[in-house]
Amino acid sequence: MEYEAIIGLEVHAQLLTESKIFCSCSTKFGARPNSQVCPVCLGMPGVLPVLNKKALEYAIRAAVAMNCEISPRSRFARKNYFYPDLPKGYQISQYEEPLSKNGWLEIETNGTRKRIRIRRIHLEEDAGKLIHEYSRDWSYVDLNRAGVPLIEIVSEPDISSPEEAVSYLKKLRSILMYIGVCDGNMEEGSLRCDANVSVRPRGSRELGTKTEIKNVNSFKFVQKALEYEIRRQIAVLESGEKVVQETRLFDSNRGVTFSMRSKEEAHDYRYFPDPDLLPVVIDEEWIKEIKNTLPELPDARKERFINQYGIPSYDADILTSSREVADYFEECVKHYSKPKTISNWIMTEVLRELKGEENIKNFPVTPEKLAELLKLVDNGTISGKIAKEVFSEMVVTGKRATHIVEEKGIRQISDEAEIERIVSQVIENNPNEVARYRAGQEKLLGFFVGEVMKATKGKANPRLVNEILRKRLSQ
Amino acid sequence: MKITRETVLHVAELGRLEFNQEELEKFTEQLGRILQYVEKLNELDTRDVEPTFHVLDVSTPLREDVVESWLTQDEALENAPHREEGFFAVPKFIED
Repeated sequence: MEYEAIIGLEVHAQLLTESKIFCSCSTKFGARPNSQVCPVCLGMPGVLPVLNKKALEYAIRAAVAMNCEISPRSRFARKNYFYPDLPKGYQISQYEEPLSKNGWLEIETNGTRKRIRIRRIHLEEDAGKLIHEYSRDWSYVDLNRAGVPLIEIVSEPDISSPEEAVSYLKKLRSILMYIGVCDGNMEEGSLRCDANVSVRPRGSRELGTKTEIKNVNSFKFVQKALEYEIRRQIAVLESGEKVVQETRLFDSNRGVTFSMRSKEEAHDYRYFPDPDLLPVVIDEEWIKEIKNTLPELPDARKERFINQYGIPSYDADILTSSREVADYFEECVKHYSKPKTISNWIMTEVLRELKGEENIKNFPVTPEKLAELLKLVDNGTISGKIAKEVFSEMVVTGKRATHIVEEKGIRQISDEAEIERIVSQVIENNPNEVARYRAGQEKLLGFFVGEVMKATKGKANPRLVNEILRKRLSQ
Repeated sequence: MKITRETVLHVAELGRLEFNQEELEKFTEQLGRILQYVEKLNELDTRDVEPTFHVLDVSTPLREDVVESWLTQDEALENAPHREEGFFAVPKFIED
């Protein structure tokens, strides 16, 4: 039987505020444990939470960017459960009246576009961090993260393959980073993903029993965890058994998901409105103001790149997935008017050297310097191949292309007389090959080009070499 | 809604509470009475009334996003029954 998968994702994104959501403690990552805490986030009696305006603004920003409706009035609720990373015994979250609802974003997989609906985006506080590895008998608790602002973005179950799930996550991350509300760092946990997945016979209307895979924290693992879980569920159904509704974890070493077998009671969070917090009322003016300050988002920018610069959709997609890279590209275009050439260079050389798109701001090869290098190729000073070497040198030293070319004496030989002289020598040294070429083995042209290049240490202008060789060999 | 002993045990479990047989009987009876008292509200037709979560019609005040330090690590851990290397330490609760 053929099966189809139904996937919904819950993404938690840490908001880039300076202070926590309900108190003034710092949110900085990597501080000494329990050094960024206060009576509010430690859950001491008698304290009251006060909402961080920036956190609310960022949440609205994200919701607007993902086409959500903002509720004029929303409310915080307590989600009650006991766990050592949760000092108060409840997490302040939103339940019945979330900040925003009914959004969507568009993904593209294998050339097909699809809209994934977003059920809701709400605000909540993060829990602390637990460390189990330091001691045999104790679990360590660091509450620096407790109270850091999060948004939870819940998709509708519109995703039907692991590829789509990854594509959705990438788009989500890209938007959050574009609008500057989240740094998107999955390693540090700024972006975390839980996946709900079920399978059913293709074409069936009924939903299968779903499992939830918790905390899969890289694009690769999301793909692998979902692939495994879908295979597993199909195997369970094929063997005539039933999928058990449960929470599972992904073991990235073995590439499998396994049941958490939690002794917790079935989810019974006893949500109720938090009496310590008043309703959040958002006026239309504020939403408008936030809308007006949104930057051009990835999809719009991609379309513009295709139309304005005439580059292929594939290129535009890669260039616009990071705001910084897109900025870099546009800056280059200002100094050098061949967008496709720039795009090729960015997608290969630049992105390879970058090691993380966020590093482009401090990249030694600035747009202006890259433009200068490309102009040297255009005016025949160096060949495209040499340009790549010069580029690598620029990355290391930060020097200008012209300096490197002068310093190393790698200026291209475009002097026809000199190339003629070298070509004569090559022809003289290889009489056999010349005879074979003239007898019709024109493939040998490559051999001659290689010889000339060898003789000039790659500095001969390839176009001239080809031209002169052809002319001389056919005489 | 009728409060059964099972309900009380369930809630106790969620709240990590323990009590003896005698207390269980007592709480079941007491909780039942409290709910019965509140049941009285059901005599009113509230179909067109918005639930009241706060008696005052005000919205939440907002705080500017400014960092302030409150406690040192030492102060934060002062009341902890057990601490190790700057962490609160709790009996290990995860099976390997």
